[in-house]
Order: sequence, then structure tokens, then C-alpha cells
Amino acid sequence: MQFMLLFSRQGKLRLQKWYVPLSDKEKKKITRELVQTVLARKPKMCSFLEWRDLKIVYKRYASLYFCCAIEDQDNELITLEIIHRYVELLDKYFGSVCELDIIFNFEKAYFILDEFLLGGEVQETSKKNVLKAIEQADLLQENSPSIVLNYCR
Amino acid sequence: MSDIVEKTLTALPGLFLQNQSVGGPAGVKTSFSSRLGGLVRGITALTSKHEEEKLIQQELSNLKATVSAPTTTLRMMKECMVRLIYCEMLGYDASFGYIHAIKLAQQGNLLEKRVGYLAVSLFLHENHELLLLLVNTVVKDLQSTNLVEVCMALTIVSQIFPREMIPAVLPLIEDKLQHSKEIIRRKAVLALYKFHLIAPNQVQHIHIKFRKALCDRDVGVMAASLHIYFRMIKENSSGYKDLTGSFVTILKQVVGGKLPVDFNYHSVPAPWIQIQLLRILGLLGKDDQRTSELMYDVLDESLRRAELNHNVTYAILFECVHTVYSIYPKSELLEKAAKCIGKFVLSPKINLKYLGLKALTYVIQQDPTLALQHQMTIIECLDHPDPIIKRETLELLYRITNAQNITVIVQKMLEYLHQSKEEYIIVNLVGKIADILVLNTVDTYAPDNAWFIQTMNAVFSVGGDVMHPDIPNNFMRLLAEGFDDETEDQQLRLYAVQSYLTLLDVENVFYPQKFLQVMSWVLGEYYYLLDKDTPEEVLTKLYKLLMNDSVSSETKAWLIAAVTKLTSQAHSSNIVERLIQEFTISLDTCMRQHAFELKHLRENVELMKSLLPVDKSCEDMVVDASLSFLDGFVAEELSQGAAPYKPHHQRQEEKLSQEKVLNFEPYGLSFSSSGFTGRQSPAGISLGSDISGNSAETGMKETNSLKLEGIKKLWGKEGYLPKKEGKTGDETEALPVPQESIIMENVDQAVTKKDQCQVLTQSKEEKEKQLLASSLFVGLGSESTINLLGKADTVSHKFRRKPKVKETKSGETTSAHSMTCSYFSSSSNATYEDDYYLDALQDRGDKELNKFSLNSELLDSESLTELPSVEKLSNCKLSSSPSLFTDNNMEGFHPSQSTAPSVAPETSLASSLLEETSEHMHSELVEVCHNETISVSSYKIWKDDCLFIVWSVSNKSGLELKSANLEIAPAENFKVRQ
Repeated sequence: MQFMLLFSRQGKLRLQKWYVPLSDKEKKKITRELVQTVLARKPKMCSFLEWRDLKIVYKRYASLYFCCAIEDQDNELITLEIIHRYVELLDKYFGSVCELDIIFNFEKAYFILDEFLLGGEVQETSKKNVLKAIEQADLLQENSPSIVLNYCR
Repeated sequence: MSDIVEKTLTALPGLFLQNQSVGGPAGVKTSFSSRLGGLVRGITALTSKHEEEKLIQQELSNLKATVSAPTTTLRMMKECMVRLIYCEMLGYDASFGYIHAIKLAQQGNLLEKRVGYLAVSLFLHENHELLLLLVNTVVKDLQSTNLVEVCMALTIVSQIFPREMIPAVLPLIEDKLQHSKEIIRRKAVLALYKFHLIAPNQVQHIHIKFRKALCDRDVGVMAASLHIYFRMIKENSSGYKDLTGSFVTILKQVVGGKLPVDFNYHSVPAPWIQIQLLRILGLLGKDDQRTSELMYDVLDESLRRAELNHNVTYAILFECVHTVYSIYPKSELLEKAAKCIGKFVLSPKINLKYLGLKALTYVIQQDPTLALQHQMTIIECLDHPDPIIKRETLELLYRITNAQNITVIVQKMLEYLHQSKEEYIIVNLVGKIADILVLNTVDTYAPDNAWFIQTMNAVFSVGGDVMHPDIPNNFMRLLAEGFDDETEDQQLRLYAVQSYLTLLDVENVFYPQKFLQVMSWVLGEYYYLLDKDTPEEVLTKLYKLLMNDSVSSETKAWLIAAVTKLTSQAHSSNIVERLIQEFTISLDTCMRQHAFELKHLRENVELMKSLLPVDKSCEDMVVDASLSFLDGFVAEELSQGAAPYKPHHQRQEEKLSQEKVLNFEPYGLSFSSSGFTGRQSPAGISLGSDISGNSAETGMKETNSLKLEGIKKLWGKEGYLPKKEGKTGDETEALPVPQESIIMENVDQAVTKKDQCQVLTQSKEEKEKQLLASSLFVGLGSESTINLLGKADTVSHKFRRKPKVKETKSGETTSAHSMTCSYFSSSSNATYEDDYYLDALQDRGDKELNKFSLNSELLDSESLTELPSVEKLSNCKLSSSPSLFTDNNMEGFHPSQSTAPSVAPETSLASSLLEETSEHMHSELVEVCHNETISVSSYKIWKDDCLFIVWSVSNKSGLELKSANLEIAPAENFKVRQ
């Protein structure tokens, strides 16, 4: 996967994760163009887009668009399922997630994403394991370091 | 699940400003900063972009003050980071905070460190210089006893890490492969995957450990290792054939549901792992029957098991189909896969339909009948409201183009082209149409001249200046070279001339520059076909264009070249006179030059006619590039004490050493467009892009002109082929005529069978569609596979008819290749001509070199030169030895022929330049010859008073060389002239 973008129906970026090194200028340009293109598409249309030499896979959940860029030989359908799995994870973590959760806790959303996808590849496909990893790290935050160490052992 | 999310989300906008802690566990909400909340709410309350900008700038300056204040605690810093990330996401620059993010990762407690690392991963990219500051922190955290710290360090390493610092952490990460916690092992594998991507040679030694990871008892670790294997097998599939069995076993276990239930996704066992394994198997089994046989069973099972009607099963099916078609074919599996494709194509779900088309596109070349089966669906997709589906369909049609359906398909493509706005799509599609029309003339397709020219006109007008430069070049070459039938050729040219004249008649239309260039070339070359007494009419048009400000100066050069050609046919013309008047005082030096040349040529009609003969654009010109006829003159001058020639670079060097002040010389030489005036010029420009910078090629062109002429093309109504293809050509040409009817019948039968039940309800619209179908899929029967295969072939050798031009395009390979040739030829008693491109290698032809230098000297001042020589000039500078006249100390070696049993066309620069030579001017290192153990490279160094030719012999094998025997072969070939 090359990058993942989350943006609202109004075109506001909510989350961005780049797995390929690009300059800020390029990132902004890509984001702007893609958001425009995706928002202009009608709901019944295909979830895949050919954009430059990349494939864009996007899906809308309520007011949020999830959008991934993959290479041509990658599997589009499984990318859709990656998006869905990420939404499931967010949902499980926040308890029925909404756009506001992601706006106000975007760093948490990033932490979850990092446990699920790492360096552009699926890191862990078991939902349980991903959530366990997040919870572990979260528990640390709420407690003092000594308890942390105990927990980890 | 998604429904619930949807409901919650739609219900929420009303609650937006009231309370943001809706719907989340309390623990999560208490920790987020109220400051961020304030910021977010502040932004949402704003109405204009301008206000937002003001607010954020305010916020950023506050943050800047806070982060740099010494009193700021790490806790506050963490909170600042979150806000900085937010601002940056909105598109504002927060680079002042980057260094503080690194600090936070370094100094904070776990909680702060986590945010610090996140900020680093979001702010920086892997080439950012600040990233080096993170290395120490990472090393420290990797050694920590706290698991969470180790995890964080591994996570950041897997995302961004400076390539040159990999050795610093590599041993630590390798250790982690043996860690007791599976999460650590998994992340370590992914970190190594990242290293493999950015610096593959650094992790070569741990390949054996990857095997251990593949056999890990934890599924997650195994799955992570698949990423590495996929990548490595993609690069070199033959090295991992022995693992096929393991991958098959793993896939069997996964498909059989042997993995923990955790890994199920919507009750499908571990789909991600399945897909990754299928992709790996596809790579391993490609063109390898034995390996493929191992996987037939498991593929069959995968196809069978994936029956649930859910997206994810379709994802697996799609991958299965892909694998089945990539590996060594097995008919049963192919049958099943074809059925699967049918399921996709016929699915009402648009995503699946898209993938069905995609699958058809890559399957179609193996099995064209599949397209016949789904023709009605394809026709429907052609008019689909979603442009993406349309485009994929066109892609599919592009692959099945043949002589019978070309008009329909090209028409559909043009329709799409007119609708699209995006440059990328236009370039792509124009390339495809031109590919069908021009590049594939070997066995296609254009039904008649008018259609061909009109379609090309459309391509040129729409594609305009974004299209690939090969397209107009190939088109012109096609016109010039023509086909075998001379009258046919003349008609085609005549039609082109007529059509362009009509186009130029239209007022207030702006054509793309490239199109104008094509027009001016064609008019200049072939206007005489119109058989009019004077070309006054067309000269008026060209004149108008020349006076037009919107025409670029490059195009104007083409235009004036056309005028020059036409002038040689019409002796007195007021327009030409006016034109000369206008342009001899033009500010554009290039145009002025052209105008003067035209003026002088007009004074000598005989010369002009011989210089610009009619319809000779294809004739090969014999150019004495060595300018040997000037030898006597040079010798005389030298004897009278004239300074010997110094090549350009040497002169510049001297100049630089003399005056270390400002350089007032313009940098480039300007003859790139002013140097040619003859009738060759526009073609010269176009071909020039192909040829430029390769004297070897030019040399070959000149000296082997006879060979070139030997290649004849065949042209008939149905197709047109070079001699080599004679046999297949005859088949394809002969077959379509009798077949056409049969195939049509076949098609009709298929259609009627399929639609028997619908016949009654068949509307007029459907009939139209069927008509379209029969016109599209005509010639797709099994016999016509010849056609398809033939076409596939031509796609890959676009320039088969003119292999030389292709060679020139790929600069390095060609030069390497020609060197090989020259090497061989030199060993077998080289001929005079060969030395043209031999100069980079052997300097035995010093006589020639003399001429080269002369050549370039003369060319410098000569403006009326032929293009090839200009080409040569640029090359002389590169490779010919400078001023052999001053050479009194030339040293050189000839490679021993015995050390070069095999000369591969790809030269790898195995040996590097000697260090001390780098301060002198030197040529590129060129590998002369090599075998498994030894490679010989050569390069030249120009010193003040001499030329060194250095042959470096390097031992590649790692074995000790007992003795080296350097033989300087035929000594008479190698002499030094004082």
C-alpha cells in the first residue's frame, strides 16, 4: 500500500498515512486531487479508481471516506477488506465509532492503524491480537511504570 | 457492523458541539487534551477559509513559543505535539516542531514517548536529515527491558529509518527474532522487511533466519515473513523453488481451517494469508511445469472452498484465477477459473464486474474465446455510466483489436478520449490508438487511407502536445517509407496533403504544435502530388502560420523548412520574397538563419533542386562524416603553421584555467535547430531525437546503407508486413477472407444460442448492441489466435521494422551493444568503417581519429551541415581522442582476446575508476569484455600533454589469480603516430 487517507464528506482530511517517501508538496497535491476526484463520484459507482499509475480503493462509511492507494497488481477487493477491518477495529476500540472520535482522538486512530498495518503491509490479521496490543500500550498510559512492568510479564 | 456505524454517524452531527465524549469508553476520553478539543471546535465554528488560516497561524505561533520555552514540561510537550500534528494535517507548516518530536521520543516517559514516535513517523520521511537524531533513541529502546518500549522502537523502524544507519540496529533486531514474545518477533520480521526494501544487500546474510520465521509457531510471525518472501521471490523466483512445498502445505492448512479462529474474517479462514500465499505460488509456478504441478491440488481446493457470497471470498477467488493463469496451465483448472471469471463479469455488483473485466483483460491473450462468451456484457460495459468501467472495457478491446474490428474499437476509444479531461488518461489512450494505427502496421488493420488519415488527425488534435513524441515520428516515417505498392502510397500521401489543406482552411482553429509540425512536413514533402503549377496556395497558408504568434518557434522551423522545399519547386513567389524580408530581420536567430539560407539557395536554383530533390526523404544519404576530402587542406594549413585542432572540451578547459572570471560564453550550442536547412530538416529533427548522442548508430546508418534498403515491406489491402514475417503474414492475410464469414456465423450462432429465450423480447436497442458485438468480436475465433498472438508480439517489438531506431533509443544498451559488435569485428580484421564507433574502445584507427577532430572543428563553423554529422560532432567531443597532433606521449593497451571468450551486451561497471585519475578529465568507464572470472574495462584520461588509455582488469571471482597474461593483439593495428 502506498498511502491511506481519511477525509470527510466536506473534503476535510482526518487522517493521513504515507508509506512512500514524498515531499510535503506532492502529498498536498495528491491529497487535493484525490479528495476532489473521490467526492465527485456517485454512490453507485465502482469503489476502484485508476489514478495516474496507481489504483485507488475507497469506501465511504457514514460521513467519512477511507481511501487507499495500491499498485496495479495488488488485489483491490482485499484492500476493501483492509479498510473494513480497520473500521471494525476502530469500532471495537471506541465502541461504535463516529467521525468525532477520530477527530478528537486521531492519535489513537493512528496507534490502531500502526498495529494493524506496518510499513504499508498488513501486520496482524487477527482482530484480537491487534486490540490486545493497543490495550497493553493504553494501560501503560493510565498507570505508573512499575505496574506497567508487572503487566508485561 | 457497518450499518451500525452508519447509523451512529448519521445521528451525530447534531451532537457535534455539545459533547464530544459520546460513544466512547470513559477511559479513552479523559486523556485527550482539552486544548486540542478547543482548537477543533474553534475551527468548526469558523465560516471562512480565511478565518481558519488566521486561527491556525495564531495557534502555531503560540505553539512555537511553548515548545521552545525551557519551562515546558514533557507532558505539555506531548499535548503540543498532538496539536501540531493536527495543524499539519490541515495543511499548515509545523516544521519548527520536528526536532521537539524527536526530543519527546527520546526523553519522555512511555506515554509521552509514544506520541513522540508517532509525531516523528508522521512528520518526517525517510530521507529527512533530522531522522539521524532518532537513531540513538531507537538503539536505546531496542535494548530496553520494557516490552512496550521495544515494540515502539520496532514500529518506528518498520516505518522510517535512515538507510545508512541500518548497521547500527541490525544486530539488535536480529536478536529480536528469537524473542519469547510473538509480537516482538513479528515486528522484528517487518523491520527486516523494511530493510530489505530500502537496502537489500544489508540483510542478505539473514535469509536463513527468514526461513525460521516462516516456520514460526505463531501465525502472525509466519504471515509477516510472507511479505519478505513475496518480495524476494518476485525479484528472483528461481532461488526459492525449494520452498514451494512449504507454501503449499501452509496454504492447505489455512484453507482447511487449521488456524486459530482469531484469524478468521467473516468466517473465512485468514484471507490475507491465503492471498499472499496465492500470489507467491503464482510467481513460483510461472513457466515452470514441475513446480506448478505441486500446487494444482491446493488451487483446486481453494477454488472449491471459496463459495461464500462475500467480498472476501471473491478477493480470494480473484487471486486464485490470477494464479491459475500465471502458472503452467492445466486445462481443468483453467476451465474452473474461466467459470469464476464468468461469475465476476456477470455479477450485478459493480466492483466485481470491474474485476471481471480486469481478469478478462489479462486472460484474453491466452484464451480469446472467453471474450466471445461475454461479449454482450462487454458491450453493456462500454456504455456504462461509470468511466472507470468504460476505461477498463476499452483496455480489454484494445487487446483484441484485429483487422476486422479496428474501426469500431478505435471509434469507441476516440469517443472516450473526447470526454476525458485528465492528462494522464489522454496520454495513455492516445498512445494506445496510435499503437493500433501506426506502430502495428506490421499486420494491421487500417481499412482505407481516408479512415487512417482522419483517425490520425483526430489523434493529433486531441492528443496534442502531451502525446509521446514517437507517435508523430512514426507516422511520418510510415508515410515516407510507404508500403510495397507505390500507387497506394501515393494515394495515401495525396490524401494526407488534401486533408491537411482542408484543415488549414478552417479559420480560427488552433492545432497543437506537434500536429502543425506533421502537417508542414507532409505538405513540404508531398505537395507536388497535387500536380499544381505553383504551390502559391499552400505557401500562403504556411506564411499565415509563420506570422502567427501562437505558433512556437520550434514549429516555425518546421514550417520554414516546408517553405524551403516548396520554393525549390516554385521559382518565383512573392510570398517567399516577403517571407525572406520579414525573417531576415527577425529577432529569432534561428529563424533569421533559415531565412538567409533560403535567400541564398534561391539564387542558385540548380543547387537548390539537387539539394532538395522531390520524394527522396527515404533515400539514405551518403555522408562522408570523416570529411576526408579536407585532409589535404588541413595538412597544408598545418604545414604553414596553423594551430592544430583542439576539441571543444579542451578549449574550454584552457579557457577556464586562463581566466578565472565570469564565463561570457553561452552554455549550449545553438545549432540544434539552426544547423539544418535542407529538405531533411524536419525529419531530421524528429529522427534526431532518436539518434542523438549515438555516433555508433549514425555510423552504421551511413556505412550500411545498402543493407537498410534491402528490407522491403509488404503491403496489401489487408495488412502489411516486413519480409521476415512473410510466412505468418501470408497466413493472416490469406485467412481472414474466407474466415470472416465463418466467424460471423459462429458469432451469430453463439449469440442466438445464448439469447434464444430472449429473442421474443428483444428490443431494437438490443439488436443494435448485437450488431455492435458482431462487429467487435469478429475474428476472435480460435483460428484468429494467430492474429492475436501476432499482435501481442508486435506490441512488445514496437519498432521491429526499424530495429535500429529502437536501439538508438535505449542509449546505454545500444552503445554497449555496438561496442560488442565493434569488438568482434575488430578481432576479425576490422574494416575502415567499423572504426567509427570503435573509437571509444580501440585507438588503433588513429587516422580516423584525426579526421574526427578535424570534422568537429570544421563543423563548428559550418552551419549548412547534415544532421548526422552534427550528431557526430557531439560524439566526437565525448569519445574521440583530443588533438592527436599534439600527442607525443600516447599510451595504450589492447585487450587480450584470449581473456574475452564471451562478451555480454550488458556492461556492468564492475571496476571503478582509479582514484587519482578523477581529478583529470576522463571518459566514462566502459567495460570492454568480461567472462565469469575477469572483466576488462577501459577509460581515457586527458592530461595536459597526453592521453592515457587505461585498461583495468578486475577479478570478479574472488579466487586468487595465479597469473595474468595480457596480450596486445595484432600489433600492427595499434600504433602511435607522433
